[in-house]
Amino acid sequence: MKIEQYTPAEERLFYILLALGGLLSAIGAGAAYYMEHSGHVVTGMTNQVFWGLPHVFGIFLIVAASGVLNVASIGSVFGKKAYKPRAPLSGLLAIIMLAAGLAIIMLDLGRADRVLIAATHVNLTSVFGWNMILYPVFFGLVGLYLWTLMDRRMHGYYKAAGFSAFVWRLVMTTGTGSIFGFVVARQAYQSAILAPMFIIMSFAWGLAVFLLVQRSMYAWNNMELNPALRQRLKNLLATFIAAVFYFVVVYHLTNIYYAKETAFEHFILVSGGVYPLLFWGGYVVLGTLLPLFLLFHPALWPKSGSVCAASVLTIIGGLCQLYVFIIGGQAFPLEMFPGMEVTSTFFDGVVGTYVPSLPEVLLSLGGLGLGFTLTVVGVRVLRFLPQDDVAMLKDAGYLQD
Amino acid sequence: MSEHNHTEKDSGNGGASRRNFIGAVAAAGGLAAIAPGIHLVQVSQANTPPRPAGEAASKAVRWGMLIDTTKCASGCTDCVKACATENGITETVKDARQASQWIRKIDIKEVKTGRTHSLPMLCQHCAHPPCVDVCPTGASMKRADGIVLVDRHICIGCRYCMLACPYKARSFVHQPLTEQNPEVPRGQGCVESCTFCVHRVDKGQIPACVETCTKEGHNAMLFGDLNDPNSEISRRVAQVTTTQVRADLKLDLGVRYQGI
Repeated sequence: MKIEQYTPAEERLFYILLALGGLLSAIGAGAAYYMEHSGHVVTGMTNQVFWGLPHVFGIFLIVAASGVLNVASIGSVFGKKAYKPRAPLSGLLAIIMLAAGLAIIMLDLGRADRVLIAATHVNLTSVFGWNMILYPVFFGLVGLYLWTLMDRRMHGYYKAAGFSAFVWRLVMTTGTGSIFGFVVARQAYQSAILAPMFIIMSFAWGLAVFLLVQRSMYAWNNMELNPALRQRLKNLLATFIAAVFYFVVVYHLTNIYYAKETAFEHFILVSGGVYPLLFWGGYVVLGTLLPLFLLFHPALWPKSGSVCAASVLTIIGGLCQLYVFIIGGQAFPLEMFPGMEVTSTFFDGVVGTYVPSLPEVLLSLGGLGLGFTLTVVGVRVLRFLPQDDVAMLKDAGYLQD
Repeated sequence: MSEHNHTEKDSGNGGASRRNFIGAVAAAGGLAAIAPGIHLVQVSQANTPPRPAGEAASKAVRWGMLIDTTKCASGCTDCVKACATENGITETVKDARQASQWIRKIDIKEVKTGRTHSLPMLCQHCAHPPCVDVCPTGASMKRADGIVLVDRHICIGCRYCMLACPYKARSFVHQPLTEQNPEVPRGQGCVESCTFCVHRVDKGQIPACVETCTKEGHNAMLFGDLNDPNSEISRRVAQVTTTQVRADLKLDLGVRYQGI
C-alpha cells in the first residue's frame, strides 16, 4: 500500500489547522462549562426567549448534516456516476456535522450532565424523543454505508446501505422540522410545511458545505474540479437555493392569508427590527438573490471563487433564516387573549428581546470548531478526496468535451 | 372527617401513628383556635380527603380552579406573593426576564370597548398538555388527578415544553438556588411551573394562592374537584359561563375563568 507523503509545508499547515480547530473547540468547551457552572443567567436567554444562538448553530449543523449526505445519495440511490467518488466525503461530513450540532445542543441543556437520561427515558409522543432514536440510527446507517464504500468485501451492499441512509435522513430531517411543526402554541410554527421545508433547506445548506470542503481539499492537493462537473454542481446548488425560497414564500403567503397570523407576519417581515433586517438583508438578499446571481450570471459563474462565494452566502443566509425563525418565533408574544391589550410582570404582550452573550457565541463557535477539527483529521486520515475518472464519465455521457 | 379517616388508616403503625394522631389533633386544635376561617375554607373547597402516603393519585378526581375575574382587582398580587412564599421562589434575579413566575397577574383591555380585566395566569393543568407531549424524557407529566408536574430528577433542561406551552406558564431556573422549601424541590437548569401546590393538596389542603385570596376576602379563586358534581367548583362551573383560555386548542383546561 502506498503511503502518502506530505511535504513539510503541508505537515505544518495540517498542524496549524488542527491547532486552530482544537483551540476553538476548547474555547467552546470552556464556555459550556462556564454556562453549566453559573447557570443560564450568564446567557442572553430568558424565560421569554429561551432558545438562542446555540440552537441556531446546532440546528443548522444538524439540518445540514442530513443534506450533505445528499451528494452520496445522488450517486448511490439515483445512480449518477459523477457523484459516486464524492460519497465517502459526503458520508463523513454527515456524521461529523451531526456530531457537532448535537454537541452544541446537548451542552446548552440546563442539565447537560443528565444527557444519558435523554437516551434512557424516551417519551415517544415527543418529537425530541423521536430524535433520540433518529440521530443514533443515522450515525449507524451512515457508518455502515461508509463501510460498504471503503471495504471491497462489503461493496455489494453499498446500494442497500445508501438507500437506507437516504430514507433515514429524510425521516430525520422531517423530525427536525417537526420539532417546530408540531408546536401548536406559537404562530411562527404549527405548520406541516415545515417538515419538507427543512428537508429542502438541508439540501441547500449541506451542498454548500460540501462544495466548500471539496474546494478546500482540492486547493490543498493542487487540483481543479472538472469545469463540466463544477457546472453541474453549481446548477444543483442554485436549484436548491431557489427551492428553499419557494418554500419560504409559500410559508409566509399562507400565514399572511390567515387573519390570525397577519400580526405575526407584519412583525417578522416589516416591524420586528432585527428580524425583518435579517430576513430581507440576510436571507433574501445575501442568502438567496446574491448566490443565485453569482451562480447564473454568464460572466460571473465561470470565474474562480464564484461557487465558493455562493456557498458561503448560502450558509450565511441559512443562519439568518434560522435566527429569524427560531428567535423571532419566540420573541413574538403569545396571543392568549385575541382582541385584547395585555400587560403583566412577565412581559406578556411584549416583544421578547434577545442579545446573545459571549458564552453562547463561544459555545456556538466551539461546535463549528469541533466540526472543523474532525473534518481536518478525517480527510487526512481517510482517503476521501473525490477523484474523478473523467474518461469514464465522458464515456457515460455525464460530461461533454 | 378527613383527618379521622387518615388516623384510622394509620392505626396499625404503633407509636408513630400515635404521635401523628396527637400531632394532627394538636394542629387541628391550633388551627381551630387561631384561624378558624382558614379551616372552614379548606373544608369547603377541598372536599376530597387527603391522599395517604403510598397511595396513587386517583383519576376519579380532576383538580381544577375557577377564577372570578370580576372579583380580581388590578394591582392586587396577594396570590402571587403567597405562591412565592409557599414554594420558596424568593431568589433575586438581576434580569427580570430570567425570573421564575409560577403565577402572575395579567391585565387585559378590550381594544374596541376599553373594558378591562385583571386575572392570575398560571399553569392551566390541561387534560391534554402540550408540555407533556413534547417532553423528550417524560419529566413533564400529568398525574391521574389532572395535576401537571415536572419530575426534577429527569428534566434535562431542554426548554421544549416552554416552546410548546400556549400560556407561558413555565419558567427555567437560570441560576443556583439556596434555601428551598423541602416540600417543593427546585433546581438550576430545570423547568418548573405551578404545581397546584400538590404537596398541600395531597394533605387535603388547598393551593396557597387560593387560600390567601379567600383569607384576604377577595374570593376570586376557587379550588376543588371538577369530577365531583357536588363540589362547589363543579356547581359554580355548571351555573355560570366560564372561559378556557385559548379554547380553540381544545386542551380541556383545569383552570376556568369567569367574567372574561
